[in-house]
Amino acid sequence: MNATFRNWALDENPSSRRQAAWGNWYRIWLNLRGNPLGMIGLTIILIFIAIAIFAPLLATHDPAAQDLANRLAAPSAAHWFGTDELGRDIYSRLFYGGRVTLGMVIAVVVLVAPVGLAIGCIAGYFGGIVDTILMRITDIFLAFPRLVLALAFVAALKPGVESAVLAIALTAWPPYARMARAETLTVRGSDFIAAYRLTGGSSWRIIFRHIMPLCVPTLIVRVTLDMSSIIITAASLGFLGMGAQPPSPEWGAMIATAKRFIFEQWWVAAIPGIAIFMVSLAFNFLGDALRDVLDPKAA
Amino acid sequence: MLVEIKNLHIGFESRSGFAPAVKGVSLTLGTEKLGIVGESGSGKSLTARALMKLLPKQTRIEADKLAFDGIDILSASEKQMRTIRGKRAGFILQDPKYSLNPVKTIGSQVAEAWRAHKGGSKRAALEAAINLLEMVKIRDPRKVASSYPHEVSGGMGQRVMIAMMLAPDPELLIADEPTSALDATVQAEILRLIEELVSERGMGLLLISHDLPLVSHFCDRVAVMYAGHVMEELKASELLSAQHPYTRGLLNCMPSLMHPKERLPVLTRDPEWLK
Amino acid sequence: MNKRFKSLAATLSSVLLTLFGLTVLTFLIGRVMPVDPVIAAVGDNAPEDVILRVRAEMGLDQPIPVQFLHYLSQLAHGDFGMSVLTKNPVAQDIVRFFPATFELATAALLLAMLIGIPLGVWAAVRQGTITDQTIRVVCLAGHSVPVFMLSLISLLIFYSWLDIAPGPGRQDIIFDGMIDTVTGILTIDTLLAGDFDAFKDALAHMAQPVIILAYFSMAYIARMTRAFMIDALKGEYVITARAKGLSLTTVIWGHAFPTVAVQLVTVIALTYAGLLEGAVVTETVFSWPGIGQYLTVSLMNADMNPVVGTTLLIGLIYVGLNLIADILYRVLDPRVQ
Repeated sequence: MNATFRNWALDENPSSRRQAAWGNWYRIWLNLRGNPLGMIGLTIILIFIAIAIFAPLLATHDPAAQDLANRLAAPSAAHWFGTDELGRDIYSRLFYGGRVTLGMVIAVVVLVAPVGLAIGCIAGYFGGIVDTILMRITDIFLAFPRLVLALAFVAALKPGVESAVLAIALTAWPPYARMARAETLTVRGSDFIAAYRLTGGSSWRIIFRHIMPLCVPTLIVRVTLDMSSIIITAASLGFLGMGAQPPSPEWGAMIATAKRFIFEQWWVAAIPGIAIFMVSLAFNFLGDALRDVLDPKAA
Repeated sequence: MLVEIKNLHIGFESRSGFAPAVKGVSLTLGTEKLGIVGESGSGKSLTARALMKLLPKQTRIEADKLAFDGIDILSASEKQMRTIRGKRAGFILQDPKYSLNPVKTIGSQVAEAWRAHKGGSKRAALEAAINLLEMVKIRDPRKVASSYPHEVSGGMGQRVMIAMMLAPDPELLIADEPTSALDATVQAEILRLIEELVSERGMGLLLISHDLPLVSHFCDRVAVMYAGHVMEELKASELLSAQHPYTRGLLNCMPSLMHPKERLPVLTRDPEWLK
Repeated sequence: MNKRFKSLAATLSSVLLTLFGLTVLTFLIGRVMPVDPVIAAVGDNAPEDVILRVRAEMGLDQPIPVQFLHYLSQLAHGDFGMSVLTKNPVAQDIVRFFPATFELATAALLLAMLIGIPLGVWAAVRQGTITDQTIRVVCLAGHSVPVFMLSLISLLIFYSWLDIAPGPGRQDIIFDGMIDTVTGILTIDTLLAGDFDAFKDALAHMAQPVIILAYFSMAYIARMTRAFMIDALKGEYVITARAKGLSLTTVIWGHAFPTVAVQLVTVIALTYAGLLEGAVVTETVFSWPGIGQYLTVSLMNADMNPVVGTTLLIGLIYVGLNLIADILYRVLDPRVQ
């Protein structure tokens, strides 16, 4: 079965568009498979997603259950990663925290990618005053380091997960707009766009149905590489008390409360930290590998 | 004998396997002018670069003999190669737009070539560079010396290249398509310059080109390459009466004002040639 | 010459426009507050007429555009408002705290460049080998760790377990207040005062945050240098340089690197902005009295004026750095006309 799919997908003379499309994706997958770091990254990310989704099934304890008599316990058979300052099981909190992180990241991407793409494509396609205004706005947002601007935004709104997501989204969209605009500019003058215009396609239709999809491969690479930055910004906000609030098991917030015990019970802070590190690293590995595969010129 | 190549094989290693590009080329060169002619992809550039060991990392070179003035190139270390490159053999690349360093002045680049092999102070080297620029018939050499490569024309850029490569007084000059990036009017001038200087200094010249008439005009002998093989080797004067079907085919393909044809002929490639 | 002047003028006007946009953005942020600043100033239980009076004093009863103009004129006079926490003008606080951050960021940048650039060049020259892969992984790791995590671990290992690093803060208690503040940059001030013990102490305290910030930035610098160098090494002029018989060192540093150096200027400007961002978190962990800590402490206390002021300052610095990078690019690259 596998062999015949492979043969069908890699057929030198595809007989239908679908076959050609599948062939394309399969080839990309084969190339990606040859990159060991990328595969490691992909595996870790899949594990992370699985843990986040199946947290209730995989956790050993209720993440909110306090056990003050057993606070700050070292890792043991009862609590695999030990307990935090309120006696809660760190292992379970870690998994539930993964949910929070995954949720935040997905929310940010869902907000940022379409908006950034749209702004960039519109600016690139229409050019002129529209372009100037949109790019000026982009520049202004880009003038601040991400964390600083996010902090300012969160301070203005109420500290919490929703504010953090909104704040990160507000700081994350500019690079995507920039990238989409660049792609649009290279494609804008090409013949097939002219053909669409000649057959009566409206500008909006051209932008949304034809130009934006072209930006998707580069977008995927960018998003994957950006993930690590988003995760770290979210954790940093949590660490500074501006993101997810206790008792939420968000990893950054866990480290914030564990900061006081760093010298004695260092695992309480270290374990969520290692989790952040591994997931970020995995996204960076995957993003690097994807970039090598999808966009060799930029490698 | 300056150059001896016997049964040279060059191939590229990639993820999808080994791709041979040069398949058993043999040539010799003394103090004379040898031209290598062929289409793009025939392997002529690779052969020349193999001689100077300037090929990219993924290439594999094998040969019964690959020698410069008796020195075995195959087993030579980078250090040994550096005693040959520049000092004993010069190499002119195709397009001065890319082959000259864009952020360094022309004078400093030529002076560097001088100073690396002849020593001396920076000022002396710069003066020597200006003299060299004069030698390649550049007017106002002092101004050109303080200019950057993108500020001069293609023809002038190639003259700079020639000056740079001849600065250390080498015995051999390899010119890899030196005129292919230039206007037709300038091409002959540059080649004439190369020919003059090479003859004056008693050097050997390895000229690589895809331009048959040009090569036949400026060289003593010509080697015709196709798909990694040498099809035939003959005296330049005898080129027009070549026997090999490939060479005849190439000659036939050239449009001529003297003998206009109704239809341009198409070269039919016979796989027999590759045996 | 005229063309150069024109493009420079265009850049400058563009920068001014961006700066204006910055002020608009920070103004808006400052106004979208959940806490009514009047209540924050006088408390919940103040009588109605006091609230109205304070509101008028603060100018909050005016329409938004008028408030914005008021904000702009205040900025032009260097008035960033008052900090509720420190009871000082924000501008004064910033001047007091900024040198510490500057010291940290600059030292980290120099260290990052010193290590990152050669590392990037080395990785590019050895592209595809184990060395290259290792360097790439090390750089990726640098991007994957939150700065606060590194800081905490560093404190744990070097201060608590190994006892080789001094604790948080800029100086040991005994040196506090002993040195005259000339520049605000401790390392320089201690040298100016001739107090070498204090100098060594300041250096020791700086070591951890600087190294951590440097690692973080080095990852970025090395990665960009590697990418630029790989591109540069493909150039035909590199083959020419080799054909001239030059040594490998000369080919790499004398021919390939100069074409890359100009692009690194922009990278370095971006890195400095990233360092300011990293400083925010690092200063919190190491109790370093810079504007980063000023920002976070104000944040945690919902003191908006310092937050807005510091954010605006960092934005200004960033725009300024980019402008300098742009100018340097034009000056240094002969190809840019």
